Amino acid sequence: MNGAEDMVIRIRGLENRFGSHVVHEGLDLDMRRGEVLGVVGGSGTGKSVLLRSIVGLRRPDAGRIAVFGEEMTGIDEHRRAGLAARWGVMFQDGALFSSLTLRENVEVPLRGVEGLDPDTRRALADLKIAMVGLPLDAAETYPAALSGGMRKRAGLARALALDPEIVFLDEPTAGLDPIGASAFDRLMRDLVQALGLSVFLVTHDLDTLYALCDRVAVLAERRVLATGTLDEMLAVEHPWVRDYFHGPRGRAARKTSPNAPQAR
Amino acid sequence: MRAAMSLEITPVAGQSEIAILGTLGLTELDQARRRFGNMTFGRQTRLDLSGLQRLDTAGAWLLLTEQDRLRSEGVELTFASIPPHAVPLIETVRAKRARTETTTRPLLTAHELLERLGRRMVSAGAFLRDLLHYLGVFTARLLGALRRPRGFHLTSLVHHCEEVGLRAVPIVALMAFLIGVVLAYQGATQLRPFGAEIFVVELIAISILRELGILLTAIIVAGRTASAFTAAIGSMKMREEIDAMQTLRIDPANALILPRILALVITLPILGLVADLSGLLGGALMSWAELGISPAMFRTRLIEGVEPIHVVVGLVKAPIFALIIGIVGCRAGMQVGHSAESLGRMTSSAVVTAIFAVIVTDALFSILFAQVGL
Repeated sequence: MNGAEDMVIRIRGLENRFGSHVVHEGLDLDMRRGEVLGVVGGSGTGKSVLLRSIVGLRRPDAGRIAVFGEEMTGIDEHRRAGLAARWGVMFQDGALFSSLTLRENVEVPLRGVEGLDPDTRRALADLKIAMVGLPLDAAETYPAALSGGMRKRAGLARALALDPEIVFLDEPTAGLDPIGASAFDRLMRDLVQALGLSVFLVTHDLDTLYALCDRVAVLAERRVLATGTLDEMLAVEHPWVRDYFHGPRGRAARKTSPNAPQAR
Repeated sequence: MRAAMSLEITPVAGQSEIAILGTLGLTELDQARRRFGNMTFGRQTRLDLSGLQRLDTAGAWLLLTEQDRLRSEGVELTFASIPPHAVPLIETVRAKRARTETTTRPLLTAHELLERLGRRMVSAGAFLRDLLHYLGVFTARLLGALRRPRGFHLTSLVHHCEEVGLRAVPIVALMAFLIGVVLAYQGATQLRPFGAEIFVVELIAISILRELGILLTAIIVAGRTASAFTAAIGSMKMREEIDAMQTLRIDPANALILPRILALVITLPILGLVADLSGLLGGALMSWAELGISPAMFRTRLIEGVEPIHVVVGLVKAPIFALIIGIVGCRAGMQVGHSAESLGRMTSSAVVTAIFAVIVTDALFSILFAQVGL
């Protein structure tokens, strides 16, 4: 499993700057095929910036990013579009198109597929809506009428429309109540299993980390400070990492998680 | 990588066993469906999936849909040797697909059309009532402010006077000037054959002072200010700032609506006056250039031939127009929901409604003045 072809994302020496403010410097990160990688870090450590750099919404100031073994910097538009069909992004508040109904939102990526008649497109969109656990009578509603949790699920349905290999989730449980958040965690676990997804998960939520992640990458001091399983994170001697995983919330999440590593 | 793997659907043993090789996904959907459609199946058909290298949800959906279709034709299609990676996927799709039966929307019936018309009428009535409500709110807050001037937001009023009045002066003046030029030019062409060029002064003066100056000013202000009111109040509504005001015991009508509409009522007559003067100036310049009517002659003709009542008839409409524009703009802002889309929709509807209402009111004024003989 350690061959280079099994690395779906490979980042070397990434640098991101906003004016004189350096967000990333010499950042390295690998993500393997089929794993759920949790990216954590304090506010302002550039978790979202990292996500945006990978999916091409932001041009990094230096460094190399390869997705599916293809260099993303300097790639031509056509190839990039081909790669982009192989990943899906779920934005924080769903980022649904407000002038389209829920079903039309999910149909948007499907419109680009040749030879797909409207009935099939509609059926596939409905399938995706059902797969993320939304009721079908919501399909005709506009995003403004959906609750925050439903908007996130709808954003996920749209991200999954083309059956991507990688899904990027930006704070999927932020703003959800605890019941909704753990329902979302369960949904993601089922989908990862059924669809064989690789997931790049940016989150603050320790419960989500324990429920979903195979590996965790900690962003601090402008780079990836540590990567490893949750078990290994507990042993990292860095003040932020210690506070995060050994703090009261970290302990509580560890205690309640089904696959919790034993405290040492 | 995806395109390299192709799809093959081939009969293995007569009509009772079919094998699928390669990738079955979204991009192969059409091809696979056509292939299935062209095949003949035995009553009991095994579908060997062991050669399937990649299957996505669309592919799984197609397999299950074809299974259903064939069952309705009396063919039992069974999946055999499902590769391990595809098992959970097919199961998930099977479970979720059951709920997604298509519901086609029936065509509109005459009954529904009638119902829709009825709803439109009722909402039009509600709209007029709503405008009256905001007129009432404005009047009540104005009277309240007169009784208790300390609660009045004077700074806000001055700010809005600058925004809607002072900053509109250049565009209003330019517009009226050009209208004056156009009237003089057109009038000259039409009146010259009769040797009646000198009446161009009355033509310009009466049409600008009575109607065009104030009407066009109101239309420009409706486009400029009604939209600005809706956007400003609407975005506050969208971000719950108005709710926050209420919890802090600040009256939104007093803080937002009163200063805006009052500023408009104060400044629109002034803008109308600016438009009148600027229009006359444009007309006088053009008359001089085109017809040789000197400015002095224009002035004499203006003072002798045109009754001052025309100015009054024009400007008396200004506060009414201001009220209409302000109320329509503020009401539309308060109607904005939580989506950015509703903000855009209300803003454009505010402009259209305000312009339309101004023109209708102007027509009513014309009839009224004709009836009383002004």
